[in-house]
Amino acid sequence: MSSTFDQVATIIAETCDIPRDTITPESHAIDDLGIDSLDFLDIAFAIDKAFGIKLPLEKWTQEVNDGNATTEQYFVLKNLSARIDELVAAKGA
Amino acid sequence: MDLEYFKLIDRILDLRIDEKTITVEARVPQHNTIFEGHFPGYPIMPGVLLIESMAQTSGWLLLALMKFQRMPFLAAVKEAKMRGFVSPGELLTIDANVLHEGSGYAMTEAKVRVDGKLKCNATITFSHIPFPHPDLREHMDAMAKRIGFPQQAIADD
Repeated sequence: MSSTFDQVATIIAETCDIPRDTITPESHAIDDLGIDSLDFLDIAFAIDKAFGIKLPLEKWTQEVNDGNATTEQYFVLKNLSARIDELVAAKGA
Repeated sequence: MDLEYFKLIDRILDLRIDEKTITVEARVPQHNTIFEGHFPGYPIMPGVLLIESMAQTSGWLLLALMKFQRMPFLAAVKEAKMRGFVSPGELLTIDANVLHEGSGYAMTEAKVRVDGKLKCNATITFSHIPFPHPDLREHMDAMAKRIGFPQQAIADD
């Protein structure tokens, strides 16, 4: 799996005290790992710092609330990792 | 400091938008019923109120950075350390700086000092949203005026 996923999984494990080996690319941060919105702020902070980006949490939340996206698109870890890669690429462009 | 109305900050001493820092001062009241219970014969400022004073200081900084378009709300307090007692009548000098500005949230570091001596510090997380009610915006504008918020600091950029 991508190194982005590995980094994200490590961040989640350390931030939320979740055993690393229970976190997979298919894990849904909210539904499977039980991470709530406040804990996710700590994860977002660590991801922002680690990758030098700014996860657009407000935009994502708005899209989900408006029915224009599903939580799976952003919070299943393989998808989250892909979004991070896109943000990193956009930053370097 | 008006404890009854939870107005803990008296005056903004320094606000630097570019550096994302703020310094305020707040005088702990000499007399207040809080000190009758906390504690009899040994009155000290409750730690939770010192934390609140750091949160309010950070809040003014974030309000400035967001040009009063969004309201920060306390979300989490980490590494809060009470390093010394604060007594009635003492003048607090509170500094805060931004640690991180995320999407819809921000983190700050804050310190409370008395006569230059560090009394407590914490890392504080805020979520922020557009002002949810015009009355709140009006209230914050009035509060800003009361504590000498330097409007020119956010006017030009």
